[in-house]
Amino acid sequence: MIVIKDLHKSYKMGSNVLHVLKGINFNVEEGEMVAIMGSSGSGKSTLLNIVGMLDLLDTGSYTLDGVPIVNLNETKAAKYRNKFLGFIFQSFNLINYKTALENVALPLYYQRVPKKERDEKAMQYLTKVGLANWATHLPSELSGGQKQRVAIARALAAQPKVLLADEPTGALDSTTSYEVMQLLQEINDEGKTLLVVTHEEDIAKMCKRIVQLKDGVIIEDKKVNQVRASEYV
Amino acid sequence: MIFRRDTWTEILSSVTKNKARTTITVIGVLWGIFIYITLSGAAKGLDNGFERQFERVAMNSMFVWTQQTSVPYKGFKTGRFIQLKLNDVRTLKTKIPEVQHIAPRNAKGVFGGDAPTITRDLKHGKYNVYGDFPVVVKIATKDIYDGGRFLNEEDIKHNRKVCVIGERTQRELFNEDENPIGHFIKIDNSYFQVIGIHKFVQGGGFEDDGDIYIPFTTFRKLYNTGENVGWLAIAAYNDADVIEVEKKVKKVLKDIHSVAPEDERAIGSFNLGEIFNKVQGFSKGLTFLSLVVGIATIFAGVIGIGNILLISVKERTRELGVRRALGATPNEVKGQIILESVFLTLVSGILGIILGALVLAGINAATQDVTDFPYTNPTVPIPYIIGALLIMIILGTLIGLIPAQRAVSIKPIDALREE
Repeated sequence: MIVIKDLHKSYKMGSNVLHVLKGINFNVEEGEMVAIMGSSGSGKSTLLNIVGMLDLLDTGSYTLDGVPIVNLNETKAAKYRNKFLGFIFQSFNLINYKTALENVALPLYYQRVPKKERDEKAMQYLTKVGLANWATHLPSELSGGQKQRVAIARALAAQPKVLLADEPTGALDSTTSYEVMQLLQEINDEGKTLLVVTHEEDIAKMCKRIVQLKDGVIIEDKKVNQVRASEYV
Repeated sequence: MIFRRDTWTEILSSVTKNKARTTITVIGVLWGIFIYITLSGAAKGLDNGFERQFERVAMNSMFVWTQQTSVPYKGFKTGRFIQLKLNDVRTLKTKIPEVQHIAPRNAKGVFGGDAPTITRDLKHGKYNVYGDFPVVVKIATKDIYDGGRFLNEEDIKHNRKVCVIGERTQRELFNEDENPIGHFIKIDNSYFQVIGIHKFVQGGGFEDDGDIYIPFTTFRKLYNTGENVGWLAIAAYNDADVIEVEKKVKKVLKDIHSVAPEDERAIGSFNLGEIFNKVQGFSKGLTFLSLVVGIATIFAGVIGIGNILLISVKERTRELGVRRALGATPNEVKGQIILESVFLTLVSGILGIILGALVLAGINAATQDVTDFPYTNPTVPIPYIIGALLIMIILGTLIGLIPAQRAVSIKPIDALREE
């Protein structure tokens, strides 16, 4: 699903050049649930941003579902993001003046799906994350866990190939975190590929594979026995 | 994109999320277009008002009278008094083809001299009396109340002792329930039958609502004026240049009466056409001024919208980042911001037009009965409104480009990091 070869990325900070990713080789198969771990500054977020086409790579190659991701301009990147990727952010990033349903329907809006169909689909995903009754609520009326579940529904709505979660539980308490992880595991059980950036050990163990990053290189890449989040809930 | 209902739903939801700010922004442009509409409406009202003031009088008419000479000529000394004669009318008409009507007039009461005493039964008063030809109404319209008429050729031919009296004359000499038509009044020592009552119209120059018109020929006999004429009312054809005609008239009269061509004082004149042109120029200037002021104010308002949208884009950096992460292309984001700008501009513009129209309607209602102030039917021509709307759409788009460009100049990744 994801094939990354010899990826380098550096940032210019004034006169200094910060070499963030120093030759990453990394493959993800369909249906995998991969945790990317590392301390801050290890390059894990940069890697996720490049996979998410929010950032451009310097050298190396990146192929997503057989499509080489090259010559990205903003318009092309936006189209790819919309078609291939679902984003889950640490701070949820819901649009605060839109209801839960409208938030979920937003990726479909950019796919030019007609309003009625859009709302139906959005409702379907809201039901899936157990928030059907909260469809007309604004984000400000939802708890943190509920917000993240709306965000997950939104990430799913466009039926992406890969879900990218950047510290999905970073803003949540542990009980809520496990609930969110349980939901992500269920989504993965249905065959969706997931990439989860986290620095929490217990969250990482709920994935099927852990990739350790340090100073811009992968120092460890191992398959683990998945801990089911439902055990904690 | 413009024709998708979804686009507009998006725009509506984003402009209504900060209601206070949107309202204030809207007021900026609303004020501009409001000023524009009321000013140009008021200018038009003034224009119409002037036109109404002048509609009673042929707009290319003039009055010509004589005074004393100031230059010796052909053996005549200065200070000689020139007397217009009835024959002059014929000469003028044959020599100046641009002249359409000439009405020689005599009067008692105006321009010095005592007004004749008019008596009816026990009531009496002093009113100006004019000796007129029927053609005078072609130059300055006289509205005659139903049942009456103005002087006609037969009256002139037979030196009839008939008169047209004014509203005030009627009020002062007759009882309220009495119809004066057919009754007799005494002008100095002769009895005249009343044949009509003229309606007083504001703006008729020196004439007033007490004036009495009698046939020129009767006047001549009554006051023994012979061939003398007090002054001439002259109307030129519509396509003639009144100022040119005025010069020609004076030249011909100077010729007839042996006045030096360079004598500026011997013959006096008042050119209504010239005055009318000046007034028209004034109201044109006013319209132009209101156009400039209005458009400048619209400009200021639209710039305000641009400003607010810039702030709004800054505030919404994160939201726009999210939208782009979810698949909004830069053009879609740009388009949305520009449409927001145009939408705000148009909504406030339309509100301003409505408000302006209401105010104009209010002014119109308030000045409906005011006759001494030249203000009638203040309207704004439709092309002006359409023009204003077009200007607003164009300005709204242009000004929207700035925040739109700014919105997409930030990378989505930076936008998402924005706190």
